[in-house]
Amino acid sequence: MSDMINVKINGFAVSVPKGSTVLEAARAAGVIIPTLCYLKDINEIGACRMCVVEAQEMRGPALGPKRIVAACVYPVSEGMEVFTNSPKVLDSRRKTMQLLLSNHDMKCLSCVRSKNCELQQLAHDLGITDADVYAGSRTEYPIDDSAAHMYRDNNKCILCRRCVAACAVTQGIGVIGANERGFITNIGSQYNKGLGETSCVSCGQCITVCPTGAISEKDFTDKVFEAIADPTKHVIVQTAPSVRAGLGEMFGLPIGTNVEGKMVAALRRLGFDHVFDTNFSADLTIMEEATELIERVSNGGVLPMITSCSPGWVKFCEHYFPDMIPNLSTCKSPQQMLGAVIKTYYAQKMGWDPKDIVSVAIMPCTAKKFEIGRPDQSAAGVPDVDIALTTRELGRMIDRAGIEFNALPDEKFDDPLGIFTGGGLIFGATGGVMEAALRYAVEKLSGEKLTGDAIDFKEVRGTEAIKEATYTAGGVTVKVAVVSGLANARKLLEKVRAGEADYTFIEVMACPGGCVNGGGQPIQPASVRNFTDIRALRAKALYDADAKMELRKSQDNPMIQTLYKEFFGEPGSHKAHEILHTSYVARGVHKI
Amino acid sequence: MAKKIATIPFTGTAEQEQELRATIDALRDDPGCLMPVMQKAQEIYGYLPIEVQTIIADELNIPLEKVFGVATFYAQFTMSPKGKYRISVCLGTACYVKGSGIVMEKLEEALGIESGEITQDGKFSLDDCRCVGACGLAPVVTVNDDVYGRLTGSLKEVQDILAKYAD
Repeated sequence: MSDMINVKINGFAVSVPKGSTVLEAARAAGVIIPTLCYLKDINEIGACRMCVVEAQEMRGPALGPKRIVAACVYPVSEGMEVFTNSPKVLDSRRKTMQLLLSNHDMKCLSCVRSKNCELQQLAHDLGITDADVYAGSRTEYPIDDSAAHMYRDNNKCILCRRCVAACAVTQGIGVIGANERGFITNIGSQYNKGLGETSCVSCGQCITVCPTGAISEKDFTDKVFEAIADPTKHVIVQTAPSVRAGLGEMFGLPIGTNVEGKMVAALRRLGFDHVFDTNFSADLTIMEEATELIERVSNGGVLPMITSCSPGWVKFCEHYFPDMIPNLSTCKSPQQMLGAVIKTYYAQKMGWDPKDIVSVAIMPCTAKKFEIGRPDQSAAGVPDVDIALTTRELGRMIDRAGIEFNALPDEKFDDPLGIFTGGGLIFGATGGVMEAALRYAVEKLSGEKLTGDAIDFKEVRGTEAIKEATYTAGGVTVKVAVVSGLANARKLLEKVRAGEADYTFIEVMACPGGCVNGGGQPIQPASVRNFTDIRALRAKALYDADAKMELRKSQDNPMIQTLYKEFFGEPGSHKAHEILHTSYVARGVHKI
Repeated sequence: MAKKIATIPFTGTAEQEQELRATIDALRDDPGCLMPVMQKAQEIYGYLPIEVQTIIADELNIPLEKVFGVATFYAQFTMSPKGKYRISVCLGTACYVKGSGIVMEKLEEALGIESGEITQDGKFSLDDCRCVGACGLAPVVTVNDDVYGRLTGSLKEVQDILAKYAD
């Protein structure tokens, strides 16, 4: 008995694995069925009715009647015939769209998601020419701006619940959900509180799955343009590893295109005085974090040590695992480390007052907007980083400035804080921080140089939820785990808490797949997300670049060596602790 | 209309909390236990204040928003307690055509609260209902077990009724 099912999509035969949905079978036949609420694996609720098709199934020897079914959740059966574009289907989809629009603010011209909105695209594709045919009363909501990193505008919400699934299922948090019922159903938080009053961790995964402009990051691009125009300010920018792996998507390039050179060129043309790379401080993070790890292992410190690069993860730990704060590495994140180095070491070197520096960070992340306001993140007495922008905001700045991105030459980062190794570069993918740390720790513990294939720690690569590996070097055995996505992290941490796991070192990234899939990255519609592993494609851009680099180990970064010689002394020194390390706050789960 | 959320202070007792926790313990292994737990909690407290919803969320290890979402979805759950005197205004068809909507307005005016709410002193709660089976007396209002029929909808009339419950 074959495990394949034969069906016809619009009269064309296709054979698909048993258990496939009509949506998947159609895709295999080259037919895209529109969806709104469906997100593979996390939101398969068949609620929005946009994916309806007519289907006939075998009833005994003959085909049964045509029935309207939701393609996203309806499984195929042998002999089934599906019609995706019949007049009845198109009419049904159009009515559904018109009903959605009847309670939507339709302010496309002033919407951040215009041109990148699934609702707008679908209305266009369906040929909606009478959007207000069902005009009547509308529910109106105030915009929730209580969180540091994002807005929620329910006037644009279509109640697809993709954000709810991202929060509850992907991240295991659930601070947003559907409240009330019927016409006044709305996505909100407990007791109708603003998001900023909940235990939201700012990861922004809800933003990247929202089909409309109902959820968006707080945009600080105007602030950056103003700073650049101010002649009294030194405006310095840094870009995180994974921004170069995502930014191209804002300009129509294929997912996974590495646009590092063009990105640097664009930043220069935007007018930043210095273009530095967070990869540099990722290398610096490795020096500090691996040193901290070796110290904890040798001196009986709290283990497992857990990485602290991901501010969404750090906030999650503070809310949901406050008892494990001692396990968090005290290292600031690479963003904050570079910010701190710019306002201390670099300001001193240039003879600048740190107050005259505007430090801008371009991040694949929305939690970075929260992180810059955290306590104990101002090494020079002023915030280490002044403005954190997402990859999307940078894309919009480039558009606004009229820079033809795809025609730009490839340029290099500025010296000295733009020099980096492959170790820093791979921070953007899940497992990257772990691998870079291993490249340092194994060499340090064994006393032997890692060369050739030994530089690759492939066990910790890939997009699986939880990865484990054990390494022995210089008589020391380190058991490591790498986890991404907070629901996965919760599972792993509960095991650690219960004493069922004996790891030495754990890397946690809040977003599934790591920063390449961060909440600040370009938004890909569900029609792409459901059929493409965006995380793997973007991560590949980083690993490919790493493999081609001459310097692949953070400790080999010549500027890192200079920085320690001229300024910090050695990794983990008193000065390094003052400037590059931080502290955490036990927050607990917010009630009311 | 969105669910009313009372602001009067929570007065739950240790005994009530003990009973709630025992209920949760008895039901927690059932994956669909949230609704039965909430029903029982409402039986114990008379309503579902934030304090009670928080206990349920913590004990079942689920987000508070999930409990709140269920509480606001189902008509059977209330987040406003009932007063010492529970006033019900019938908005069923017969009463409504006889002007019970106006009676409701006057009661809201006299009490300073809206339907679904409770006065800050906890004395009166006001709700609408659908038919008490006394259509011949329309429009009808009940206060606990007392029935008032053939009301005219004047403010004085409802004030006189409220005055009977002075204690």
